[in-house]
Amino acid sequence: MKVQTKPGTAPRIETKTGADLLVESLIKQKVDILFGYPGGAVLPIYDAIYRARESFTHILTRHEQGAIHAAEGYARVSGKPGVVIATSGPGATNLVTGIADAMIDSLPLVVFTGQVARGVIGTDAFQEADVMGITTPITKHNYQVQHVSDLPRIVREAFHIASTGRPGPVVVDIPKDISANPCEDEYDDNFHLPGYQPNIKPNPLQLKKLANALETAKRPVILAGAGVMFGSASEELRKFAEKHSLPVATTLLGLGSFPGAHPLALGMAGMHGTFTANRALYECDLLINIGARFDDRLTGNLEHFAPKATVAHIDIDPAEIGKNVTTHIPVVSDSKAALQSLFYHAEFTSDHDDWLQHLSDYQKENPLWYKNPAKEMVPQWLIEAVHNITNGNAIVTTDVGQHQMWAAQYYAFEEPDRWVTSGGLGTMGFGFPAAIGAQLAKPEETVIAFVGDGGFQMTLQELSVLQERQLPVKVIIVNNGALGMVRQWQETFYEERYSESLLQIQPDFVKLADSYGIQGYRIDTQEEFIDLLPEVFSYNGPVVLDCRVLRQENVYPMIAPGKGLHQMIGVKP
Amino acid sequence: MRRIITATVQNRSGVLNRITGLLQKRQFNIESISVGRTETESISKMTLVVEVEDNQKLEQLTKQLNKQIDVLKVTDITDKAIVARELALIKVVSAGQLRNELQGIIEPFRASIIDVSKDSLSIQVTGKPEKIEALIELLRPYGIKELARTGMTAFLRGHQPQSAELPSYSLLNR
Ligand SMILES: Cc1ncc(C[n+]2csc(CCOP(=O)(O)OP(=O)(O)O)c2C)c(N)n1
Ligand SMILES: [Mg+2]
Repeated sequence: MKVQTKPGTAPRIETKTGADLLVESLIKQKVDILFGYPGGAVLPIYDAIYRARESFTHILTRHEQGAIHAAEGYARVSGKPGVVIATSGPGATNLVTGIADAMIDSLPLVVFTGQVARGVIGTDAFQEADVMGITTPITKHNYQVQHVSDLPRIVREAFHIASTGRPGPVVVDIPKDISANPCEDEYDDNFHLPGYQPNIKPNPLQLKKLANALETAKRPVILAGAGVMFGSASEELRKFAEKHSLPVATTLLGLGSFPGAHPLALGMAGMHGTFTANRALYECDLLINIGARFDDRLTGNLEHFAPKATVAHIDIDPAEIGKNVTTHIPVVSDSKAALQSLFYHAEFTSDHDDWLQHLSDYQKENPLWYKNPAKEMVPQWLIEAVHNITNGNAIVTTDVGQHQMWAAQYYAFEEPDRWVTSGGLGTMGFGFPAAIGAQLAKPEETVIAFVGDGGFQMTLQELSVLQERQLPVKVIIVNNGALGMVRQWQETFYEERYSESLLQIQPDFVKLADSYGIQGYRIDTQEEFIDLLPEVFSYNGPVVLDCRVLRQENVYPMIAPGKGLHQMIGVKP
Repeated sequence: MRRIITATVQNRSGVLNRITGLLQKRQFNIESISVGRTETESISKMTLVVEVEDNQKLEQLTKQLNKQIDVLKVTDITDKAIVARELALIKVVSAGQLRNELQGIIEPFRASIIDVSKDSLSIQVTGKPEKIEALIELLRPYGIKELARTGMTAFLRGHQPQSAELPSYSLLNR
């Protein structure tokens, strides 16, 4: 990969620009899809992309936020880093929400931002923004390229860092003169990162401790987080749970890591989790957390979290262990490696009949519930109906709000990596573009975006991408005429003062879809919905469904802020 | 509790920003922070003096620092045999006649007068932070016009193992 450029010696081999080196590096990383938006500072890069257009698909979203959420959706279901390009200044700042979202939900992204030329950095030049300063706290790592010959190495490092260990977003800020100018120096892409050695195998001593704790535990429970899926360890998790008769609760992001219909599945735990999952965490004497970060929406008031339990925590990020919950058995490891080794360390099998019976009684007595008037659409019913017609096999993305929680509760997944939602940041506007990325990653799969009438309006401009690419995403607007989750909190905690949470005026979503050349339907009753669904799901193209659901419906059960897992409200009708 | 933590870092642009930003984001109280080059080219060493509530907070701090890509090694050296030094420059109000008196005060501290003007006098002192505190207290009655401190820098004493072999914080070593 050396370029010979001795000035004056003929014949001169054509020198590559920084942009060429970037494109070469992307090809080397087997990138096949880019999400981006052009602008002044990335013109040289876009020119190189034009030259290499046979090598990539570039998805031109209609807003940089759409590009980065699409890249997140792509990354989540494909397991490969999502790649984003945006221009300097406003292009870069429009990415900030998505970078923060990917950081907190551990999604691998490599984000390239244009920057003003090196000579004018720091002079408040046109479209200059301090991308390094802005993105440092919300990236796993970031770079500003200072020498064009560093570019190939930096790109390789960026992909390595983004996709190994605990995944996360890496930003590479490229000054315009770097991408535009020829590279006169020799370069290679060898790298050495002595401060970054993430592939940690579990410590056998800790695993032995965990096995011992498991042998004597009477009321053990597994909490499965997204780390199970990042480690591709769902199969190992299922076998481990079955071998030791361990009930499994999942976090919001961990949905799908364990089969939803499995007899040992307790469903989601946390603020809107099932009564049984939360009670299991509350009453257990051994809690085995695999790849979850004990987020406050999961734990509720920490004082009441797993008060009687020995806590074991398997996580690839040592900083997550002991951060929020005192941990007795820390296991720094990739989830798969830890589970595989546990088969050796815990050779015994266990049954916990009394405990499982106790939990199963809870399940029978306190299932998820909603009142079904049989005519109007109830949001929970809607999710169940979609679950039924897709056999629980679709890839489902959501936006943020009530519909997100209902989807989490009622769309049970049997397989991993089919659930795409913004958990840590709770980013409205995420769901629809994420579905675009997911569909591009899995063209043959059914992809559904459940969105709220509020959040959809934050990124609906990406309907253009559906139109342009004829992506068969099914957008299901759970239309309750409100910022429903806000309205629910105002009803519950602010004496029904609905301050700025009711959406009196809305676009005609059917006409809106139509203007993008996309089929749209408005649905008001259960009957209409059931009649239409087969057509919607057999049609191989994009559809927008404006589903008018009961407006006053609330998400239950619930743990109010400050309360413990044992203090759920709305457990029974 | 007050802890002294050293971090060796890859001397890349942005590393200081990343570390101070992380301390700020995670709400750690920094008493002082000093950075400089080391014997190895491209590697810098930071000495942080922090005030943390408890061991759990301390553990978070070292783990979060360790997690940064450009951080090579984090060591809590508070309880080790260490050499720790700080330098302070102190400008004291002083008419010429007090000079001898001040000379007498600073001598046991092995401090020196490095600048004299008509109505002020500048003193340089190096040592452990406590020693510097003590001198400042003694000089305060004379009227301190200006005070500048570098923050502590520290390393382990020679008879301990080479720094490369020292157990830095790690769950694996437990
Ligand atoms: C970008 C952003 N702004 C504000 C919020 C706060 N918020 C959380 S849920 C919610 C309501 C969402 O309404 P909608 O999209 O209609 O979904 P619903 O709750 O009605 O299902 C709001 C405003 C947020 N999560 N994200
Ligand atoms: Mg709504």
